[in-house]
Parts: sequence; C-alpha cells; structure tokens
Amino acid sequence: MDDVKPFIYPGDDGSKLKPDSRYENFIGGNWTKPKTGNYFENISPTSGKVICEIPRSNADDVNLALDAAHKAAPGWGKTGPAERSNILLKIADVIEQNAEKLSLAETLDNGKPIREPMAADIPLTVDHFRYFAGAIRAQEGTIGNIDGMQSGGGNSAQGMMAYHYPEPLGVVGQIIPWNFPILMAAWKLAPALAAGNAVVLKPAEQTPYSICVLMELIADLLPPGVVNVVQGYGVEAGKPLASSNRVKKIGFTGETTTGRLILQYASENLIPVTLELGGKSPNIFFKDIMNGGDEYLSRCVEGFLHAYFNQGEVCTCPSRAVVHEDIYEPFMEMVKKRVSVLNCGDPFDLNTQVGAQASSEQFDKIMSYLDVGKQEGASVIFGGEKRQMDGAYSNGYYVEPTAFKGDNSMRIFQEEIFGPVVSVTTFKDEAEAISIANDTLYGLGAGVWSKDANICYRMGRAIEAGRVWVNCYHSYPAHAAFGGYKNSGIGRETHKMMLNHYQQTKNVLVSYAEVPDGFF
Amino acid sequence: MIKRVLSTKKTDDLITELSKIHGLLVFHQSGGCCDGSSPMCFPRSEFRVGSRDIYLGNIGSQPFFMSEDQFEYWKHTQLIIDVVDGKGGMFSLEGPTGKRFLTRSRVYEENEINELKKNPPQIASNLSNIEGLKTTIN
Repeated sequence: MDDVKPFIYPGDDGSKLKPDSRYENFIGGNWTKPKTGNYFENISPTSGKVICEIPRSNADDVNLALDAAHKAAPGWGKTGPAERSNILLKIADVIEQNAEKLSLAETLDNGKPIREPMAADIPLTVDHFRYFAGAIRAQEGTIGNIDGMQSGGGNSAQGMMAYHYPEPLGVVGQIIPWNFPILMAAWKLAPALAAGNAVVLKPAEQTPYSICVLMELIADLLPPGVVNVVQGYGVEAGKPLASSNRVKKIGFTGETTTGRLILQYASENLIPVTLELGGKSPNIFFKDIMNGGDEYLSRCVEGFLHAYFNQGEVCTCPSRAVVHEDIYEPFMEMVKKRVSVLNCGDPFDLNTQVGAQASSEQFDKIMSYLDVGKQEGASVIFGGEKRQMDGAYSNGYYVEPTAFKGDNSMRIFQEEIFGPVVSVTTFKDEAEAISIANDTLYGLGAGVWSKDANICYRMGRAIEAGRVWVNCYHSYPAHAAFGGYKNSGIGRETHKMMLNHYQQTKNVLVSYAEVPDGFF
Repeated sequence: MIKRVLSTKKTDDLITELSKIHGLLVFHQSGGCCDGSSPMCFPRSEFRVGSRDIYLGNIGSQPFFMSEDQFEYWKHTQLIIDVVDGKGGMFSLEGPTGKRFLTRSRVYEENEINELKKNPPQIASNLSNIEGLKTTIN
C-alpha cells in the first residue's frame, strides 16, 4: 500500500502500526487474560496519550506462566542445538523483516527517536539472536583425560575420563528494563533459549507494549510455553517471579536496591542471579586528540554527544566527561556548536536525534537532578531545563540536552541521572584521569579518546569497568562481553560466556577399568 | 538537630495509606540504572537492611536507609522525599497506586555540615529500637 507511511504516529491515518486497544499475557503459546481481569493504561511518553491497556497481573498469573514453562522445559531442553539454533535464526529473520513495525512500537512505547530503533535497537536484536544461534552450534563440552589411556587396570583412575556436558538450567525468570525494551529482552532471551531453557519474562510496566508486538510476530516459531510474558507492576508480578522457588535463575537489569532484594530472594532458593545495575561512566578526552586531524577530532566531539543517545537513558551513558585542562575551552566550544544543531523534533521523524524521556516519573527525576546540580554549584554549560514541544507532543516528557561543569565529588557526577545530562570536569595528567574515572561506586562503561596507543592501553587496563571503549563509544556488537565491575553487577552479557550463566555443567566421570580396585 | 531526610505532606499521606495495607515499612535509597536514585519502600519484615547501611532517620515514622558507600557521596545533601505521578519503581510498594516516591535534595550550608559532623549517623546493626527491622547481622 503506497499510502501507508512508515514513520508517523502509530494509529494515525496512514500509519504502518495500529496498536490494539488491549493486550494480554502470553502464556503457554496463548494470549491469556489476567486472572483478576485487571488492566492498566500504557502511556506513550512522546505524547502523554494512552497506547493500550496492559494486564495488571499478580502471583496467580506468574504461576500459570511457570506451569507452562515447566511443561515446556524438559522437551525444549532435550532438543538438539541445531534445532534451537534454527528457531533463533527464524526469529531473527522475522524481526529483520518487521524492523519498521517494531521500531514504531519501540518509539511509541519508550519515546526514543525512530532512527535509533531503526539503526540500533532492532538490528542489534537481530544480530543477538543470530549470534547465539551460532554460538550454541559451536559450543562443545570438554573431555578430560584423568589418567592412563588404557582400560583394564587395577584402580578406578586408570582409563578414567571426565566428560563435561553443558546442560540447561530448566525454567528461568527474566526482568527487563524500560530503556531498550526489545533489545534488553533479546540480550536475555537469546542466550537462555539457545542454552535450552524455558523463560518467564516480565517486561517493565513503563514499556510493556513493544514486546507484545514482538511476541505476536514470533509466537508461532516457538513451542508453546518456551517463552512466556507476564505483564504488570513490579511489586505485583515481578516480585512473585523473582522470589519463586520454581525458577532456577533470575536475570535482572535495574538498580541497586532491587538488585540486593533479588539476591536476598535468591539466597532463600539457592539460585544464581545475573545483575546489571547501571553505572556512571567516565568519557576521557586526552590532549592529543586536538592534533589528530579534523575528521578524528570531529569523531571525538561525537563521542561526547553519545551521552544524548537514547536521551541518556543508557546504563553506560557517558555521563561524566573528563577533559584535559589544556583543551577544555576549544573542545567544549566544538561540543557546544554540535549540540546547538541537534535535531530535537518529532520522535517519528527519521532526522530527529533526541526524543522523549521514557516516563513522567523519569522526567521528574531528571528535573530533580538538574536542581541538585545547580544547588551544588555546578555551572550550566548548556541546557538545564525542560524542553517544551508543540502540538501533538506538547504533553510528552522532554528535556534539553544538558552539560554541567563541576567537580567529581558532586552528586551529579556520582549518580546515574538517566537523562541527557553530562557532568564535565578537567584533569591535569593521566594519574588524575584514572583517579577521577575510578572515584565512583560503579564500573560498567568508560571511554578513552587518544591516538597514543600506550595511553590507551594503560587507561584501558587501569579503569575499573567491565567495558572500556577506546576511540569509540556506545557500540554493542555481539561477541564483546558486557557487564559490570564494582556495584554495576554480576555476569557478562552479549557474549558466548553468557551461555554459561544459563547452563550448568554435567560431569560424567567414567572408569574403563575392568577389574576391582581392591579397596573392599 | 538537623535532619538528614524529610518528607512532604503528600509523602506522609502516601506512607499512611501504604502502612494501613502493609503494616511496618522500611525505605531504602536506591542507586544505579533505570529506577535508580529512587527511594524504595518495602514491608519492613521483608527487606533485609545491610548491617552497615546508614540510618538517615524516619519519614512518616518509617525508617530510611542508604548503603554506606553511597552515603559517602550523598552526605552533603538533605533528602526530601516527595510524591509524583507515575508508575514503576520495581518492587516498591507504591507502584500500583499510580504514585511514585521521588528523592529531592537540598545542599547543606557549611554550618549545618559542621553540626552534622558532630552527630554522625548510625549504621543499621547498631540500632536496637526499630520494631521489626531485619539486618544481616544483629
């Protein structure tokens, strides 16, 4: 249909995406009403308008999903890697073929400008499913030769072999954040499914819609009960899942207090947990970048502006810029100039670079931090205020791209604002840069910008963070491990090592001895 | 004595509403991503406060804690717990009410900081007078 335009507000005349008025839980392969019959309204942060109704589920619905997952898990866990791999490849294909639709859903649900899901969220989702489809095909157990290759000796060790099989955990629970609703689901689903687990997944109540669109597309590709989605509030639906004694593992992305509570629940059930709890990532600009040539310098300026990607709602947002004091003035002039031409328009316009914050409470929290920064004596370099949009978007949640100049001891340098806010400070030498970078509770990401290979090497090793980007930022390719040092969490995603977090090792220890040991 | 944590009228009202349903409550200031930097409100019998968590005081007669390392970065500010519209907050009890607790802050004056230094806050395991409080060591 030629009159269908890809990128206009979903539901408007001519839009490619028409949300239903109500969605249900996805349990055992069926769209299932919540047992209480209660729903809540899901609001688009772009406009403040209602998108659809979403089930307000509770423990009964979580248990129903766990029943379905337990029914599916034994069969699914026994399928061959090739079968699971092929299903993941089909999922990837369907997502790729529906990239526009899923991107529209993501922008409507989360507020991000449409170019981001088109260029990042959805292609990366596709790539993650394909990566884990390949990783599980290539995965091997190991064989350990314990002693002597000959069989038939007089003790068990002779001719003894240790066979190690990676086996699935069974049924796992996953709690997904609202900043990349589809991509974060993919980061968790792809390794769990590849490894042969059945999943009960709880999306964030701020962004419950786009995952429904995804499940509609891929429902028929998976055996019933292998993936179950239960919607609702954290305290009513997430907590029964996290505290259930019927899951073998919990994967969680969120904040520290809930991370601690999930570990407390896990301690009662003696299950493993992977946590990704955010960061306060330093982005460090060395003096030599000014001599790197115009194109390279432009790349470094862009590296600063990565802080405004996804409106700053990224766990690795480079929200602390640490700039060598000798280049502070000219470098920040270039940053200011680049920010002044940022396109902060209609989120459904492919040219828009900064969109809406994901929810009203997130908007309020960012505003409270702009207030803290000003009180602490940080100076506003640019931005610092609410951003008022016109027309259909006048009731959305928008903030100006902001930079503060201040000191690393300030709270705006220590807390993940999760908004388009960069706190900038300067350093004198490499030792001070390392000291500032590591003076934080967190250690998820960091950026280093320099053409001096030795500086890059030393900084890369000295920064206490799970991911150090060197002369790049915000790249999330599969096959590069992602996870936190310090308070930023436990576990590594986006790499085949994540398979280990969804598997347990079976050791079969075999003796080929043919005569008694002689012990008894 | 200067308080380290305060509440607004809206907060006191919401705490009263929640405590009628859930009984004794405890607050814990979160950090990190997504709903980080939000105060979380749990049934006091359910959330195990860390033994070294810092006790900032009470709001609406419910105790308020923060982890020790986080407090080091926050101690120059007074927290004012407010309520805004919204949903979320992970397992925090107010999520389904359509309201969220929000931490606002005020930077202390120098004389206030000097006075606060004379009255260092207590860690959770040293508290003995909070009914129903669970800590990891007590």
